[in-house]
Amino acid sequence: MFNAFGFERSVATRFMIEGRVQSLLILAGVAAGVAVVAYISALMASVQLNLIDKTLGAQAHVTLSALDDSIIPARDAGADKSEADDTALDTVLNTTTPQILTQTQPRAQRPRSPKNWRLLEPLLEATPGIAAVSPIITAGGLAVRGEVSKSIAISGVELNRYDRIVRLRSKVVAGVARLEPGEGMIGRDLADDLGVRVGDRLNIIVGSVTDSLRVTALLDYGVRDVNRRAVIVPLRTAQSLVNLPGGATGIELSLVDLWAAPAFAEDFARRWAYKVESWQDANPQLVSALTAQSVSTSLIRAVVMIVVVLGISSVLVVSVVQKRREIGILRAMGATRGQVMRIFLLQGAIVGALGSALGIGLAWAMIWAFVAFVHGEDGLPLFAITFPPSLALIVSAIAIVCGILAAVAPARRAAKLDPAQAIRI
Amino acid sequence: MIAPATSAPPAPTATSGAPSPIGGALITLSDIHKRYNIGLPNEAEVLRGISLTVAHGEFVALIGPSGSGKSTLLNIIGLLEQATTGSYQIEGQETSALDDAALTLQRRITLGFVFQFHHLLPAFTALENVTLPALMREGKVSAAQRDHAREVLAAVGLSAAMDKKPGELSGGMQQRVAIARALVLNPPLVLADEPTGNLDRAASDEVFALLRKMHAELKTSFLIVTHDPRLAARCDRIVELIDGSIASDAAVVATEPTPPATPAMATAADKKSS
Repeated sequence: MFNAFGFERSVATRFMIEGRVQSLLILAGVAAGVAVVAYISALMASVQLNLIDKTLGAQAHVTLSALDDSIIPARDAGADKSEADDTALDTVLNTTTPQILTQTQPRAQRPRSPKNWRLLEPLLEATPGIAAVSPIITAGGLAVRGEVSKSIAISGVELNRYDRIVRLRSKVVAGVARLEPGEGMIGRDLADDLGVRVGDRLNIIVGSVTDSLRVTALLDYGVRDVNRRAVIVPLRTAQSLVNLPGGATGIELSLVDLWAAPAFAEDFARRWAYKVESWQDANPQLVSALTAQSVSTSLIRAVVMIVVVLGISSVLVVSVVQKRREIGILRAMGATRGQVMRIFLLQGAIVGALGSALGIGLAWAMIWAFVAFVHGEDGLPLFAITFPPSLALIVSAIAIVCGILAAVAPARRAAKLDPAQAIRI
Repeated sequence: MIAPATSAPPAPTATSGAPSPIGGALITLSDIHKRYNIGLPNEAEVLRGISLTVAHGEFVALIGPSGSGKSTLLNIIGLLEQATTGSYQIEGQETSALDDAALTLQRRITLGFVFQFHHLLPAFTALENVTLPALMREGKVSAAQRDHAREVLAAVGLSAAMDKKPGELSGGMQQRVAIARALVLNPPLVLADEPTGNLDRAASDEVFALLRKMHAELKTSFLIVTHDPRLAARCDRIVELIDGSIASDAAVVATEPTPPATPAMATAADKKSS
């Protein structure tokens, strides 16, 4: 197989070396195109991850909770009989169907546990693709200190398990992450508002229940609104605050691949009678922003690749014209149309391969420059851009395929040359 | 002295290989017509009923004025074009019904080409140009094939210029490389279209002498298109084409020494080479 293309390789490379200025120009073009595509891909992937990380810093990928409490309308059994004579109504209601009372008052959602949640936990933990499972109780309340009271969002959790969902320990900016009975961690802006420091006590009120807790750590979620409201307490404390002994209002999951959240959510919703929410359900605006970004990026990448394809193609078309005589003599000597075609397809592939190697190097340099020179106000890089080898491989493969595709038309043209005419020129 | 066929790579079919003894028909053309632009107002009949046989080992000159159809006939014999009507057989095998792929294969095993403008690949050295037919066939060049190519280049007097590119060689040397390339796989027939047409008189004599030498050594058939009656006279047989028909076809009576060219012809030849 390797030998089979020896002739084509030899002629293709010599043709390229012979027209080295043309070859270098198109290589530079391909390299620039590949660099842009690779850089944009790496940048956007990192931007999105960064954005998601910051936005979803305090969120689970999937949350399971009890189905909403709703009123099942009662059936009015006597309706069809009593109204039997009223033909006008008959036609509307169709006497054979039972009548339904259509207006109901939605029920207030009191805290409830998902049914059999303790049994569900091990099942979820054993599911491949799920990285962490943590029961949680969420409730709204007030934090009171002296004369100040602030509205808060209470999360009752088991520290170690919850830490695996939202990396709570990494958010600690003061104190030590610890949740013994009677202890709690609070957002740092809430601490400022209430004037508390690590070790101070504060009261929290949920409904008619009041509890007191000692602040063990201050947390920074990166979002001020969250920092102003977050209060993390032990699960048991929360259970007594919301009067849900042994219960949890939800189960939070962290996934290995966060993009798989909708698929998991759909699967769970189909299998079990729980309310299932993926992070995408909870953040529709973020999702649409990310989608818009992805679409724009794809569009830019596609346009760049089309430009690259056209560039390679036009250079090869010129090369076919320039090499007519050589192609003619090769055909006269017995080169098949297939061989002539492969000479030019190979040139496309070589341009794609060399161009992508250069382009990947260039993209790497651009990323390095971005990380090294573009800093935020704090003097640190804006965010980390990673350039995974898999991305480099994919971009290179696409560039090579594009190179070959670009060469198809010129190669066919070369193969179709009439040797008798080509030699005469 | 180079060995015919024995050191050449094995031929894919029986049509190639060691030349048959002189006398057997190598190519046979019967009533070949070639028309261009058929059905259009500018339709032209370039060949009008050519019948011609070239035997193994013959050294034939094809002469005639410009526009007489020499190049077209050579292209048809070289399987680069197909006749509009008529039969063309190579070693008894009819070629008029072959498709492009079959014609290409037939060219590869039966024919060697030498053109007026050398047509070497400028990016390859002399040696690489000569090993190109083997590379084309097998995708690689074996050491034996390379050695054979060196022998052929030495036989055409280019031992010292093997690693030079065509651009570094004189016209005569380039033509010798082209002759070596045409002969390297030992085809039964070499077609030469004005092989000396682009050379000065001295180089032209040298190249022609080389063709005769290679013919004597290899017994390959040669069909040479030339404008130069002086050179045609040094062939074994002259076929003259006028207006697409064979006007004369006769063996050359051995004349010693070579007849001097008329002043007019010499001037014409010199003009071409300048």
